[in-house]
Amino acid sequence: MSSTSTDTHAAPAITTTAGDQGPHPISLVTTPVLLVAVCAALWLYLSRLHLDAIEARALNPRTVTTQVIEHLELVAVSTVLVIAIAVPLGVVLTRPRLRRLAPIPLAVANIGQAVPSIGVLVLLAVTVGIGFDKAIIALVLVSALSVLRNTMVGLQGIDHSLIDAGRGMGLTKTAVLIRIELPLAVPVMLAGVRVALIFNVSSATLAAFTNAGGLGDLINTGIAVNRTPILLTGSVLTAVLALAIDWLAGLAERFLRPHGL
Amino acid sequence: MTARPDTTSPNIGAGPAMIRLDHVSTHYPGQRRPAVADLTLEVDTGEIVVLLGPSGCGKTTTLRLINRMIEPSSGRIFLNGEDVTKANPDQLRRRIGYVIQQVGLFPHMTIADNIGLIPRTLGWDNKRIQARVDELLDLVGLEPATYRRRHPKQLSGGQQQRVGVARALAADPPVMLMDEPFGAVDPITRERLQDELLNLQDKIRKTIVLVTHDLAEALKLGDRIALLAEGATLAQYDTPERILTEPADAFVAEFIGSGAAVRRLHLHTVGSLVLDPVHAVRAGSHTTHDRSEGSVRRVLIDDTGTVLRWLRPTDDPTRGRAANDIAVVRTDQTMYEALDAILRAHDDTAAVLDKHGNLIGALSWSALVRERLAPDNAPRTPTRATPSGHPR
Repeated sequence: MSSTSTDTHAAPAITTTAGDQGPHPISLVTTPVLLVAVCAALWLYLSRLHLDAIEARALNPRTVTTQVIEHLELVAVSTVLVIAIAVPLGVVLTRPRLRRLAPIPLAVANIGQAVPSIGVLVLLAVTVGIGFDKAIIALVLVSALSVLRNTMVGLQGIDHSLIDAGRGMGLTKTAVLIRIELPLAVPVMLAGVRVALIFNVSSATLAAFTNAGGLGDLINTGIAVNRTPILLTGSVLTAVLALAIDWLAGLAERFLRPHGL
Repeated sequence: MTARPDTTSPNIGAGPAMIRLDHVSTHYPGQRRPAVADLTLEVDTGEIVVLLGPSGCGKTTTLRLINRMIEPSSGRIFLNGEDVTKANPDQLRRRIGYVIQQVGLFPHMTIADNIGLIPRTLGWDNKRIQARVDELLDLVGLEPATYRRRHPKQLSGGQQQRVGVARALAADPPVMLMDEPFGAVDPITRERLQDELLNLQDKIRKTIVLVTHDLAEALKLGDRIALLAEGATLAQYDTPERILTEPADAFVAEFIGSGAAVRRLHLHTVGSLVLDPVHAVRAGSHTTHDRSEGSVRRVLIDDTGTVLRWLRPTDDPTRGRAANDIAVVRTDQTMYEALDAILRAHDDTAAVLDKHGNLIGALSWSALVRERLAPDNAPRTPTRATPSGHPR
């Protein structure tokens, strides 16, 4: 897979550390084992502590579960929206006629990613308001670039002779896009989605500042009331969530990758 | 051996033209000079026309005008008598096979899916597609059971190009366009693919337009060669024989370069020449030398009919020498191959076998040089040498 493109509009594709082949088979097994071990260690640590009233309230299993679910909702909704927006946009911007327009959305997405996530969240909170929906907008802005850019690079990186062959044998432009270009761009696009997912898991912790819930609440509370067990639980769960989602995305890359490449 | 029907004579269209470019021009944006300027070209049904010329002469552009991958800025294009200049290009292309140098097999699809793509687009049912895929794989010499489920990456370059040809033939188009189809494979594979294309063409009789910059390939494959100068100007449109013997102008002569006479040897088979008679003598037989046979050459053969060596009048057939010091050629080999065999044997005459391996005559150096063609082979319609196993 070429990670660079001669097209000046395209920045290099973002690739995950796992590279082209998806996760190494060993990490497919070791990652979940490690994550379960970390969760067990956290539980062990908490169960040996004598929790005071504040800690007990914050670390109530039902509260924590709700926060995990809120966090997952933030990540899922924002990532689905990113894919729904950035993939079609990437497709449109790589069509010969519209290629000239590519710098504009890329610039917007670049700003979204370059500005620190907390900045985007606060800016939106101030201008648009607070809550789950507004946080989603911020998360989409922050993580759209990786999917947009990888979609464009993935499509631009396709050997032009394949498109020539497809058109020459009588496939329509749409058929070439759907049957040839998109399937071949899938590995690069998935790498972008994976990056967006991880971005969203970490950025979603900041969404607590704008009253959107999630594991960020736990971390904030931990800091505010100066209770290490709460802070630690919030941080560890966020890290475990990020790694678990990365692991799932790695699986997806492995199995959604077209055969024969 | 294939004696082709005479559709190859210049200016005599045996059937209606399958492809006709009528005063076609095209420009690339940003270039002042047209890539193709006022080109008129007819390709007859069932012939192979080679577009030949130096780099940048517009031969690929000309090819791509036929399936409208490049749109003409003026002029008209006819396919089988029908004006397709304004036809829907996607539907037009499904009637025209297209083979490119890079092959362009879709790496994420199996060989069967690659070949079946256009039939599927045309709405064939699965059973018919599968049967067609197997038939085509057979046709191009790939075992269907082995290759159907493979992906392009698992195939060699030569096998990929065979699949490329099969894919182009999938919907049984009457016309096939080939853009330097053998340009990216090694010379040995290229030769084999060329041979296979000629054998294939004997079975399928498509109208084929093929682009190459390789003169040898053009001479080997073309029923007619369209030699193009810059701007796709038609410098000469003729049979390989006439391109070599009667170059139309200095450009053609220069393009052919030296060696035209030697190249011509590729165009005729040994079978098209008048052979000298020979008399076979079985090794170990005690035939006394018969003076009445006069100047007829005698050749020593063993019990299985294998040719061993020439017998001089004084030679004793009972004492055989080692084999292989005699040039042996078959009637379906080219004159070039005969000359090569003679030179390698350091001899001046080759023994000639028919395609069943029976000794039928002798081809002498002088006969080769004088090119006495057998009466049923008129000089303007050379029998094309078709590839075959070459006994060495």
